[in-house]
Amino acid sequence: MKIDIENLNLFYGDFQALKDVNMHVQPRKVTAFIGPSGCGKSTLIKTLNRMNDLIEGCRIEGKVEIDGVDIYRDIDLSTLRKNVGMVFQKPNPFPMSVYDNVAYGPRTHGLRKKSVLDGIVEGSLRAANIWDEVKDRLNKPALSLSGGQQQRLCIARSLAVQPRVLLMDEPTSALDPISTGKIEELIDELKSAYTIVIVTHNMQQATRISDFTGFFLLGELIEFGDTERIFSQPEDKRTENYITGRFG
Amino acid sequence: MTATANKNSLSLLEQSSAGKKKFRPSILLRYFSYAAVGITVFSLVSVVLFIAVRGASNISWHFLTGVNTHNAPTITEPIKNTLIIIGCSLLITVPIGVLCAVYLCEYAKRGNKIVKIIVLAAETLAGIPSIVYAIFGVVFFVYFLGWGESLRAGIATISIMILPLLIRSAEEAIKAVPDTYREASYGLGAGKLRTVFKIVIPAAMNGILAGIVLSIGRIVGESAALIFTAGTTLLRLDGGLSKEGATLAVAMYNFTNTFDKRDYAYSTGLVLLVIVLCLNILSAFIGRRMQGATDEN
Repeated sequence: MKIDIENLNLFYGDFQALKDVNMHVQPRKVTAFIGPSGCGKSTLIKTLNRMNDLIEGCRIEGKVEIDGVDIYRDIDLSTLRKNVGMVFQKPNPFPMSVYDNVAYGPRTHGLRKKSVLDGIVEGSLRAANIWDEVKDRLNKPALSLSGGQQQRLCIARSLAVQPRVLLMDEPTSALDPISTGKIEELIDELKSAYTIVIVTHNMQQATRISDFTGFFLLGELIEFGDTERIFSQPEDKRTENYITGRFG
Repeated sequence: MTATANKNSLSLLEQSSAGKKKFRPSILLRYFSYAAVGITVFSLVSVVLFIAVRGASNISWHFLTGVNTHNAPTITEPIKNTLIIIGCSLLITVPIGVLCAVYLCEYAKRGNKIVKIIVLAAETLAGIPSIVYAIFGVVFFVYFLGWGESLRAGIATISIMILPLLIRSAEEAIKAVPDTYREASYGLGAGKLRTVFKIVIPAAMNGILAGIVLSIGRIVGESAALIFTAGTTLLRLDGGLSKEGATLAVAMYNFTNTFDKRDYAYSTGLVLLVIVLCLNILSAFIGRRMQGATDEN
């Protein structure tokens, strides 16, 4: 699924958080958003599944199309979020069992049959590389897992509703290096099936896992392109200053 | 060079600890807290012992389950009335209180006027003496609606009395549920209804139960609001919820007013104590089960 963002402006009250953003995200690739804190990268990723709708006083102009469908006009919220899954900055499993966490999404969309649910839960946990670690404790509280396991469980929970796009908002910023490595491996495996957009603070991470990179500054998309090119020959001086560590 | 530096810093440390020995406020604090614990334990234990010693002698199977007579009064009916009033008023107030808290936390916009009014009203009402509720109950339920002194008038008055308490505690509990749970639920395509009932309320259940326990405590301890609305009789009467009847606390008031029956008040108090203890244990148990149902099922 490709994502087309056209002339997107976003306001929180009087504050303009995104300024005239245009971007075309390729299907089945990993696209990374980088930039200093407060540059609008998290705000942009949240417009892609309309999480910003939850924020009072948030107003959006412009157009976001996913596979040609305008997500602010032509699709209902539940269908959009079923197709565009999200993994958050801090692992946020529900205070339920591992099984119920993964089954929550499918149940939300009306699935009740135990045998089908069992299959989806196993498939999603396998796809998130956590099945072997939790298969004997599916009925244990999800909050008893380690932080890295919780985050992979959250990824499994997102995969369980069979999304086409996976949004990740700094998914490893709360994790240790080993857990981070596992998540990065997982992202590499998942991109054959999903369009992945990831926000990251970590530029090495962007170079390791992403195919395309967008650099944001003060709500503007400064530069967008092939990750290798962005990091080796940035066109904009500001991009160069940021990736060489002169600010941010 | 480093060695001398270390020596210097060590001697500095010694000096400062030697200086501290002269005055240690932390030790004072420790003794004060011991004293506070001592006073608390002593007063609680002595009250319980006092009631148990004075009350135990009158407790018999007849006192708990027999028919009330003038010479051998029983608290069969007050026990039943207490449980009926607790059960019915919770059935009325818990759904209303929780849904009201859901409105306050999940639906109302920040700075909404209705929210301010509800919160202010709840805070004020939670603090006023129960005799005020009693007067309202007498005027409205007993006379205006013509219910007379009856269990239903008592239930209605008590419900109004504990509603603010329940709203406040449910609101606090729901506010404490992390927003990340809500985000995750919405992110999976769930709507508000499902998010509230499957995620937020179960996660807030312990706090809500704590509010229910507090409410039960207020109901069993209530006398003023019930004397004038539910009556004071210990007798068995017909008529379901429209008959009058005393709760245990009102029965204690009754016994205390009768010179030769005063010891029965202690016995009733002892029974009351045991009932409250059982209800607290029960609600803790339910809390664990519910937590377990969301955690482990």
